[in-house]
Order: sequence, then C-alpha cells, then structure tokens
Amino acid sequence: MNPPDQTVPSRVRIQTGAAAVPAAVTGTTAAPAFRPELVFDSRDVSIFYGAKQALTAVTLGIHRGEITALIGPSGCGKTTFLRSLNRMNDSVSGFRIEGSILYHGHELYGGNVDQVEVRRRIGMVFQKPNPFPKSIYDNVAWAPRNLGLRRGLDERVEGALRGAALWDEVKDRLKDSALGLSGGQQQRLCIARAIAIEPDVLLLDEPASALDPIATGAIEDLMHSLKGRFTIVIVTHNMQQAARVADRTAFFSLETGGEKPVGTLIEVGETERIFADPRDPRTRDYVTGRFG
Amino acid sequence: MSDQLIPDPRAPLRPSGNLRRRQLVSRAAELAATAAAVTAVTVLAIVIWTVASRGIKAIDLDFVFTGYPTGIGPMLLGTIVISLVATLMAMPIGVLIALFLTEYAGAKGVRGMKLVLDLLNGLPSIVLGLFVFALLVDHKQQSGFAGAVALAIIELPLIARGSQEVLLLVPQSLREASDALGVARWRSVLTVVLPTALGGIVTSTVLAVARAAGETAPLILASSVFDPKTFTVNPFESMPNVPVWIYKLSEEGNPEGFTEAWGMSLLLVSFILFASLGARALLARSKRKLSS
Amino acid sequence: MSTVSHSAARVGGRAGRMSPLRKRLDLVGDRLLFGVCLLAALIAAATIVLVGYQVVHGASPAISKFGFGFVYETTWQPNFGTFGAGSLLFGTAVTSAFALVLGAPIAIAIGLFLTLLAPRGVRGVVGPLVELLAAIPSVILGFWGLLVLAPFVQAHVEPFLHNTLGFLPIFGTPETTGLSVFTASLILTLMVIPIIASISRDLFQSVPAELQDGASALGATRWEVVRGVVLPTTSNGVVAACILGLGRALGEAIAVSQVIGAGSAIQASLFKSGDTLASRIALQFPGALTELHKASLYYCAVILLVISLAANLAASWIGRRFSYGGAVN
Repeated sequence: MNPPDQTVPSRVRIQTGAAAVPAAVTGTTAAPAFRPELVFDSRDVSIFYGAKQALTAVTLGIHRGEITALIGPSGCGKTTFLRSLNRMNDSVSGFRIEGSILYHGHELYGGNVDQVEVRRRIGMVFQKPNPFPKSIYDNVAWAPRNLGLRRGLDERVEGALRGAALWDEVKDRLKDSALGLSGGQQQRLCIARAIAIEPDVLLLDEPASALDPIATGAIEDLMHSLKGRFTIVIVTHNMQQAARVADRTAFFSLETGGEKPVGTLIEVGETERIFADPRDPRTRDYVTGRFG
Repeated sequence: MSDQLIPDPRAPLRPSGNLRRRQLVSRAAELAATAAAVTAVTVLAIVIWTVASRGIKAIDLDFVFTGYPTGIGPMLLGTIVISLVATLMAMPIGVLIALFLTEYAGAKGVRGMKLVLDLLNGLPSIVLGLFVFALLVDHKQQSGFAGAVALAIIELPLIARGSQEVLLLVPQSLREASDALGVARWRSVLTVVLPTALGGIVTSTVLAVARAAGETAPLILASSVFDPKTFTVNPFESMPNVPVWIYKLSEEGNPEGFTEAWGMSLLLVSFILFASLGARALLARSKRKLSS
Repeated sequence: MSTVSHSAARVGGRAGRMSPLRKRLDLVGDRLLFGVCLLAALIAAATIVLVGYQVVHGASPAISKFGFGFVYETTWQPNFGTFGAGSLLFGTAVTSAFALVLGAPIAIAIGLFLTLLAPRGVRGVVGPLVELLAAIPSVILGFWGLLVLAPFVQAHVEPFLHNTLGFLPIFGTPETTGLSVFTASLILTLMVIPIIASISRDLFQSVPAELQDGASALGATRWEVVRGVVLPTTSNGVVAACILGLGRALGEAIAVSQVIGAGSAIQASLFKSGDTLASRIALQFPGALTELHKASLYYCAVILLVISLAANLAASWIGRRFSYGGAVN
C-alpha cells in the first residue's frame, strides 16, 4: 500500500541539537502491530526565506484520518511548515525549500505538480477568519461552482454548513453577507467553505486564536466531528487545545545551533505521551509551562 | 455530498476534473493582462521615440537660446516664468490646505475639503481657460499672469494632496512631544512638522509643475497673441510660451514648423520626464525615511 | 515614551511660569496659523464657485437667447448667429464612450498585471511608465496624433475595419486625412488608460492578502481568484476610477481639436470628422466673431462644467461606498 521507500514503522523521532538525528528506536519493544498510512511524509525539510532559514531538517509523518497538532513557541516555524504542506508559501518572495515532502508518495514540490490541484485536495483555514465579502451561501458555493459541481449545489452547501456545525444558525439568512457573522461563525463558515469541496486534508492555522472561549469550544467540538472524514493538521499555541483535540502532537522550538535561531522539530508522538511522558527535556519544559 | 470528488487521493498531483480547462482560461486571462501592459508600454515607447528622433534634429544652442525664426528661446523663457508665477501662487495655498487637513480639520472638514480638491482636480482645463479669460483678460489684455492663475488652479489640488500625504507621515509622536513640552501648536507646526515634511512637499510641488507646464488649453485663451521674437519676463503682458507655440505650429501645416514643434516637444517631454521621475524617486525616499 | 512624559512634567512647570508676552504671542500665533489655513481652504472652495459663476455669467446672453434648446439643437452657424451644441454633445459622448469602452478593460488589465502577475522588477518599471503616459502634455499627444497616428489610422486601420466590419454603419468609408472621431477617440483612450490603470492598481493592492490566500487555498486558479475575490471587492472603486477617466476624456480640448477634423454634422461613421464641446471652445473662442458666439462657447463650457462636476461627485460618492478597506486615492 505504502510506497516502498517508507520503511520506518513508527514515525516517532527525536531530534537532538540542531541536527536532526532520526531515532526510530523509541519504545522498540512496542513493535507496531499496524502501519499507519501516511498522508504526508516530510523528510529533512528545511525552509528559507531569502537568506534567513526558518526551519531546519524536519522529518515528520502525518497519519491518515488523524488529527495532528503542531505546537511550540511563536516563531518556531510551525505555521511555516503547515503552509508548506499545500504550497501556500510559494507566493512568498524568497521562499525556498530543501528536502522532500511526499504526499501519498508523490513529491509535493515535484516538477509537474499542479499547485491548484494541490490546494484543491489540501484545504486550509487561516488564523484570521477570512470570509469573502459575499453572501453566506456564495461563500460556500463558490469553490464547488469553480469545480463545476453545479448539480445538487444547495444540498452540498447545506451539507458543508451542517458539517461545520453552522447550519442551524444561518439557514434562515443564507443570502445575508457573511461579514455580518460573528468571528466564531465566520471561522466555522471558512471551515464549511473548505469542506464543501471534500478535500483529502484540512490544514488549520491557529483557527481559534482570534476567538473567544465559547467559539473556541465550538471549533474544537467541530474538529472532533470532522475527524475520520479528513486528515487534519492543526497549528496551535494553546497546549490544552492540542491535548484536547489531537491524536498526535509535534513539538517545534527555536534552536540556536548556528548563530541565528532556527525552527526545529524537537519531538513527535502520541499526544498523551508527549504531554505525560515527554522524552526531550525541552518538550518537558514547554509542556509543563517552564518555557514559552 | 455522497459522491467522492477525488476518486483516489493517491492519484498523482496532476489536474483532475475540469481543472485543465480552468487553467487554460486562467492562462488566457494572464496572457491578456500581460498583453495590455505590453501594449501600453509600446505605445508610450512609440510616442517618446517619435518625439525624440524627430525633435533631436531641431535642437541646438541657437534653438534654445535665440528667438524666432532661429530658435524658441522666448517661448521657453515665457513658459518658465508662467510656471514659476503659478507655483508661487499655488504652493503656499496648497501647503496651507494640507496643514488645514492634517492639523485642524475634523473628519467632516477633511471629507469636504477632499471633495473640493477632487472637484478642482476634475475641472476641464479649457473651462479654467474661459474662467481666467472672463476674470482677467476680457476687456483688458492677455497676460502670462492670467495663464499662471489657471495653471495655479491646476497645480493646487496636486500640491495639497501630495503635501497632505507627506504631512500625515510625520510621526504623531513628534507633535505630541512638543505638545507635551508646552510648545504652542503654531510653533511646533512651523519648527517641527513642516521642516520634517519639507522634502516631500517640494517634490510633490515639482510633480505638480511637471503636470502644469505642458497645459495648453488655458494659455490659448490667456496668453496666445505674442511676438515669438521678443524675450520678455513681464507676466502682465501676453507671454510667448511653448505649449501654445507647439499648438500653433501643428495647426499651420508647415514642415519646418513641424520640426520646430518636435524640438519643443522634446524639450518639454524631457523636462517632464526627468522632473517627474526624479521627484518620484525623491518622494519615495523621503516617505520611506519618514515611515521607518 | 517615559522620557517624554518625564520631561513634560518637568517643563510643564516652566510653562506655567511662561512670560505673559510669550503666552499672548502663542495665542495670536495659534489663531493666525489656523486662520491662514482656513483661508486657504476657503480660497479653494471659493475658486470652484467663482469658476461656475464666471462661466455662467459669460454664457448668460446665449442662455437667455437659446434657453435649454441649445443643448439639443444641432445648428452651429456663427455667421447667422444660430448656435446649438447638439452635435458637439454627440461628438463628446461618442469619443468619450469609445475611449472608455476601449480603454477601461485595457487599464484594468494593466492594473491586474501590475498587482498580481508582474515580477517585482517589472512592476517597478512598468508602473511608472504607465503613469508617464499620463504626464505627456495633451498638445504633444495631439501633435503626435496629427502627424503619426492619423495617417497610420487612415492608411491601415480604417480600411481594415471598413472592409471587415463595414456592414456596421459606424465603420463607414474612410476619409482622406484620418482626422476623424475615430482617431480622436484613440487619443482619448491613451489619456484614459493611465488614470484608470493607476487607480485600479492601488485598489487591487488594497485587497487583503488573506482574502486572496483564502480563495487560492480552495483550489481556485489565478483568474478565479481575480473574478471571485479581487474584482468584486474593488468593483465600486474601479467604477469610480472609470468615471474619473470619463471626466478626463469629456473635458479634453487640445488633443481632440488637433485630430478630430472640426466637423459640424452628426454622422454615424466614426471615420468622419466631428467635434466635441471642449475642442470647439479651443478652436473657435480665440477668433470668436460676435459676443453671442462667445456666449455660446461659454454655454458649452457650462455644459462641460456640469458634466464634469457631476462625474466627479459620482466618482467620490461611489468611491466612498467602497466596502473592503482602502479607497479611491
């Protein structure tokens, strides 16, 4: 099933220092009974903006159908990594990527990859709710229309809004401007907009950071309900949120290996283990609140 | 929502569904936009090339410094004097309006004043010509001054707008600092705000002069009956000037006159190009300095 | 920040002990500066009123003689003292509409090219170049139109259009000079493009990046992002920019008078000569025969003034209703 070059059974790797040292020997006795299917397989990924290196040697697998949280202090490159998963960084001037990201075994930054096709399969929801200045209905219907999915459009819009737990709140005012919704509703509309075209993956970039606690709770409930239907990668600076929603958690940090601090993946594993029994002292410091 | 849109998420990242057609449409649109820009630049190049290649034949020292029929010195001098007089009128008023906008006017005042400036800016120059004719020429005589008044009205909104933009960039903290020091408003405006913005004010004035120097319509009514042989610096009589002389030569249909007109066009265009390019570069620099 | 408030507190004490003379001087200075600024603002506002008054005053003999009929009567015979601006209004409308129909799409495309397509280096060169097109004096553009564009249009463009689209009455038989409504419209197009292009570029740049990101993250092509997000969010501003361009085209006198051929009749074919309100003033006012002739030209200016004020008011009204941040100018 998996491409032949994917061999490491558990993707848990520990990195020490600035250089990435794959230490696949974590919990060797607990030999895996299953091979999780990887949606993304990032290998030694380094990202640069001009001369500035933002991320170094990230090796990380994203399991299909699970929620993976990327946590870490601000500036640690977690958002940069997320945005590189659907090539949203391509338009940033000076952006350069080294290493390789495989998406279902296909080189994401390969020569004949179609960017639009990538984003069509890998949807993204941003930190700040960004509904289009159109009606609620048109916000959701816009992308399916582009894809030529005109048949059953009403049902599709309703399904997406239900999927985003927004239907009951907006069903009577679908023709109203989306800009009249509250921040939390706008963000759920953005999620509805993204799932309306049934992507394979949803990337969420701190989706609740601009919202109040109640709206945040709604978004977290929503993520639980979306789990399984989509592979979800979420960036959050809120550790409790990661603990509540994620199956697996990856901890990034800013490391001063060379002269300038560079974003580095420190540790990745089952969420419970990352919080209960972190292997790396830096992770422990972070999750116990001694740092960041 | 039951139909799976991507039959297989593991398919290569090549355009699926209708994407190939949509990409084609997009490419076509990009091509059209590029073609539009190329067209505009080409036309500009053709105009400039014609003016340069034909005008250069006419230009020598005599052309610039002697009177008709060997040169166009009087017209050049007249245009300089008229522009100078116009700027002497427009600049103080324009800067004061800018100060009014940034230092004194409330939101309503700003809106009203901006509308006034927009309307002034939109007045057809031929109408301004009739205005100064009725006000200053009719039943009296033509004069460079009358033309200068019309040009001043053309320059005024440009100077006011440009200065206002620069004044807005003067950090509010500078004003607050002198307020806090107990310095009166007028002192801080004259000693802190204006000097800081001076560079930007001068360059936007240069831009306005470059715009007004080639205006022909008002001068046809205000200063068109003149002796092309005589140098004059008295703005209270009809003054020879470049735009009207180009216009007359173009109407006469005499090939030698055409050459002369191309020569004057070249002088005028080069002044305008250098003034506006130089001013733009300076303005960008001083804005950068102020906003950093 | 703390140093400022600190020294403010310190100097505040001194300000309290400021000499009465200086205090009075400051009071006078403050009032004086405000007064002068207000005066300048009032001068600007008064100028518009004064322009209106002078032009209407100059037109009053013609207004009382011809009344509103002047606007649609088409006879213009200075020797017989009959004047009507109908054909001029027609010529103005045709040339401006043509310039806008041809120029606006090109200009908007240039704005899109500069914001979304051009690499930084190209953008830095092409942007100023397009604005330079606006800086070329109209008399030079008209002169170029007369000697270069008109012969070219007469020899190549007009015959081509006549031969391929001649069944449309607007593409009639070409005349011998190329001085035509068509050539004038082309010159006006050149004048309209930089205005609309630079405003729409600024508008497109003001479209929030997160909106465009949101659209492309949904798997939209570049064109779909433009059509679905960029254009709808800026449409009011773009319309305002077009109206401003229209105002520029309506009021252009010199360049039009050089290439339009100064005809008097209303003709369907664009390849015939014609005339516009502004161009007629520039051509005939300096040699006007009678007071009534002058007054009639003033009347033309009144019409022009009303149209251009209306256009600018409309543009600023529409521009202000612009929804998503940013504004025209």
